[in-house]
Amino acid sequence: MEYFVQQLVNGLTLGSIYGMIAIGYTMVYGIIGMINFAHGDIFMLGGFAALIVFLLLTSFIAGVPVVLALLLMIIVAMLAASLWNWTIERVAYRPLRGSFRLAPLITAIGMSIVLSNFVQVTQGPRNKPIPPLVSSVYDIFDIAVSLKQIIIIIITAILLSSFWYIVNKTPLGRAQRATEQDRKMAALLGVDVDRTISVTFIMGAALAAVAGTMYLMYYGVVVFTDGFVPGVKAFTAAVLGGIGSLPGAVLGGLMIGLIESLWSAYFTIDYKDVATFSILAIVLIFKPSGILGRPEVEKV
Amino acid sequence: MAIDTMTSTMTKDPILKVEHLSMRFGGLMAINDFSFEAYRGDITALIGPNGAGKTTVFNCITGFYKPTMGMITMKQKSGQEFLLERLPDFEITKHAKVARTFQNIRMFSGLTVLENLLVAQHNKLMLASGYTILGLLGFPAYRQASREAIDVARHWLERASLIDRADDPAGDLPYGAQRRLEIARAMCTGPELLCLDEPAAGLNPRESLALNELLQNIRRDTGTSILLIEHDMSVVMEISDHVVVLEYGQKISDGNPDFVKNDPRVIAAYLGVEDEEVEEVIEQIEEIEGEQGGTKQ
Amino acid sequence: MANIASTTASAGTEVTARALREAVFAGLITLGLFVLFVGLKTDQNIRNELILTQRWGLLAIFVIIAMVGRFLIVAYVQPRLVQRKAAKAAAEDVAKEESFFSRNFSKIAIAALILYPPVILALTGVQGSLKWVDNFGIQILIYVMLAWGLNIVVGLAGLLDLGYVAFYAVGAYSYALLSTYLGLSFWVLLPVAGLLAACWGVVLGFPVLRLRGDYLAIVTLAFGEIIRLVLINWTEVTKGTFGVSGIAKATLFGIKFDASKDGFAAMMGLPISSAYYKIFLFYLILGLALLTAFVTIRLRRMPIGRAWEALREDEIACRSLGINTVTTKLTAFATGAMFGGFAGSFFAVRQGFVSPESFIFLESAVILAIVVLGGMGSLTGIAIAAVVMIGGTEILRELSFLKMIFGPNFTPELYRMLIFGLAMVVVMVWKPRGFVGSREPTAFLRERRAVSGSFTKEGHG
Repeated sequence: MEYFVQQLVNGLTLGSIYGMIAIGYTMVYGIIGMINFAHGDIFMLGGFAALIVFLLLTSFIAGVPVVLALLLMIIVAMLAASLWNWTIERVAYRPLRGSFRLAPLITAIGMSIVLSNFVQVTQGPRNKPIPPLVSSVYDIFDIAVSLKQIIIIIITAILLSSFWYIVNKTPLGRAQRATEQDRKMAALLGVDVDRTISVTFIMGAALAAVAGTMYLMYYGVVVFTDGFVPGVKAFTAAVLGGIGSLPGAVLGGLMIGLIESLWSAYFTIDYKDVATFSILAIVLIFKPSGILGRPEVEKV
Repeated sequence: MAIDTMTSTMTKDPILKVEHLSMRFGGLMAINDFSFEAYRGDITALIGPNGAGKTTVFNCITGFYKPTMGMITMKQKSGQEFLLERLPDFEITKHAKVARTFQNIRMFSGLTVLENLLVAQHNKLMLASGYTILGLLGFPAYRQASREAIDVARHWLERASLIDRADDPAGDLPYGAQRRLEIARAMCTGPELLCLDEPAAGLNPRESLALNELLQNIRRDTGTSILLIEHDMSVVMEISDHVVVLEYGQKISDGNPDFVKNDPRVIAAYLGVEDEEVEEVIEQIEEIEGEQGGTKQ
Repeated sequence: MANIASTTASAGTEVTARALREAVFAGLITLGLFVLFVGLKTDQNIRNELILTQRWGLLAIFVIIAMVGRFLIVAYVQPRLVQRKAAKAAAEDVAKEESFFSRNFSKIAIAALILYPPVILALTGVQGSLKWVDNFGIQILIYVMLAWGLNIVVGLAGLLDLGYVAFYAVGAYSYALLSTYLGLSFWVLLPVAGLLAACWGVVLGFPVLRLRGDYLAIVTLAFGEIIRLVLINWTEVTKGTFGVSGIAKATLFGIKFDASKDGFAAMMGLPISSAYYKIFLFYLILGLALLTAFVTIRLRRMPIGRAWEALREDEIACRSLGINTVTTKLTAFATGAMFGGFAGSFFAVRQGFVSPESFIFLESAVILAIVVLGGMGSLTGIAIAAVVMIGGTEILRELSFLKMIFGPNFTPELYRMLIFGLAMVVVMVWKPRGFVGSREPTAFLRERRAVSGSFTKEGHG
């Protein structure tokens, strides 16, 4: 039983990270209907930005409090990732808006290749390990919960609730939802569609950057290829939950985190990704629009 | 009241029999216990106000929706019967020989007009090409069949006066021509019953007239029965032999155009008046019609 | 007169002012983008700790390039483009007579490909030809064939498949394993590999039939990953990440390409060299690619091919015309997969070694990119895209003279994928419909006129 709960905690932590990345996929998909393949690499870029800030802090100022360091890492990573995602949208996606559906998918794949190779070229191809930032482990009812896990889960909860607030309660969120429903009509009613889409990309990137920072803190290492696997998993999470749905993205992320940690705990770790992808396929066969997605009505 | 229409249709042979059709979407009863018959060789019109459930009936007949309840029987010339509610959509066209068009035109816009008509002859050509294998090896039987298919297409292009645009992309045609192309394409499947969903929607009067002519020619020359949904009363009253009126998913009138035109329930449904005012409305309509008749002559 | 001159002059200064503003903006953005990643570099020191190296000079160069570039674009290139567009609109639309070259492009291209190995042999000698035949010829042709195979699924049927490499892997491993365990020859196993891949196409295609668009994309991607992960982890059979090595070579009517007495070189009285085997492989893949093209062209004129294209245009209309969309989609998957399988077994015979490393998602992405960049459905366009993208990145390996400019530590290979990705973005933005955007009709009454890309749809599935 303890073992099971332990795995549950691990799965929730991992799932939180996936969920945060998945929101970026789902928001962009919701608003312009494209798979932003470069999103996973934005996550990796956020991780690298946090890494560089960490090194700056430790090498120039001795004895920075951990809380301050983490905060700075998160903020700078958010800024850097947002700027990158904003630029990418301007350069690679906006000129193709309204044209052929596959064109932005290809530029997104191209951008994903560019980003990971850019980091490889500028930062080198090796693993980048950092010493552990926080290492305390608490013993709660015989279950070992590390401070890292608590931080990740709390930050995820805070960010998700503020996100929920922005999307549901602010004029910006209203503009986003309007653009999602009908871009042309929203523009006619005075919504600045270009700006709204840019903001969506920035928001998605900011969350991915936080996820990247958390990933760096949790695993203590980052490498230029790290965008792909978490990116695909998060995308899987978004689809599993029902792409376009924010709660769906979080639910999908948590589900994938849990599947992974439970499968590795009780079966073989080798096939954990196979299990994740198989469950995705099975769910979609029975619910073709994901768990919380709106069923696609076939209009005849 | 409806006795004479009933007796006149008794002798006719029904091609399509819809019995107790019901369709529920969640809590909404879109079609409620709806029954009617369409007769062989007739042009049957299904009319009704917006949201009455006409397209839903069509989608049930052509297999795009599975009805919640009811039975839809298609009886072919050969006497063979098909229960349409049990067939998947493509088999309804393939085996039961019911073809349809759509309210918002569905062209293969990137294919040429001719190719659109060749796609419609898919099943016939599939057989001739030995399910692709013989055709791939270059057997002459397929070449012969594909020449014949082009002849069929040419025939329908001439009928729909689209022959000059045969090699243009379908998406390039004007709206009225696309409507005719959709009908020609449906005819290329060789149907016994042709279902048209608002064929005159968005047409100008001249195109509308050309459409009437096309439909009457189809019926006369091929003996294909036609079932159509229509808003444009001039089309309905002019060409249909039999009109069924639907309101809120229920049948409110069924008979020949004259009978339906004068049915107070139909008038009430279209004009939305209280029951007491119906008589008054009828008088008004008759007056207006009299005037129109005068100007026509 | 003076008035006009002054307005144009003021317009000129306005443009310059705008260009300056935009240049400063671009500079700031570039600074923001690169300050962390170019300005600072993370390196490991001797104790394996990360340290930061500072590269502010390099960062300054990046910013200056961005500013100057943006200034030139806004001040000179954009007005020039606007003028040219206006001039083009003003000029009469003259119907261009197609040149001899463009009319017979495919025939000329095939002739050139057939003559390619002997010409290279004559120009560079036996050993020198290896690189040109193998790295350029065979490498590009493999991608041409793969892209033509995927074109059936994506370009014709409009089904977005992000896991095409799975079928490539099935073909490669079919040959590798069956020839290793059963000792069957390449010519027996080539069709077997194709059939097995086609079966997998149906198996993977079946559950995803109901899915549309991006759901289909992610599930095909997932299947691609599942197959790769199984290849990695099923070590008893596939030997995992070590891969299968020592795969038998192909033979030409039983003649082996080796140094033995009855080998090809000895029989022909030629000096022993691996170049002959490469040339044989070149013609083999050329033949396979041409077979793919031939079948595709034939299929497009058949009911099944037309049904694929109709499916791409409108699935509901297809069903209303009595087309069984399930079998139509499955045949598209199976046919595409079959050619992937052929290409896979060729890949195994060429490398003599297969490992899961060769079948990563990036390969699927590259193949899909070639299909879309070429113009979906157009065989010529796809071949051009493969030559540009694969040939272009192969050429980067050859640019050793760059070492003289950037110093001996400069490795052009490192920039290969970076440039590949950038090229994907640039070409797509420049030509969203691909190199050849128009579509050839499959039948005609009077004259065959290409259908403009603006009418064709890209499918929902």
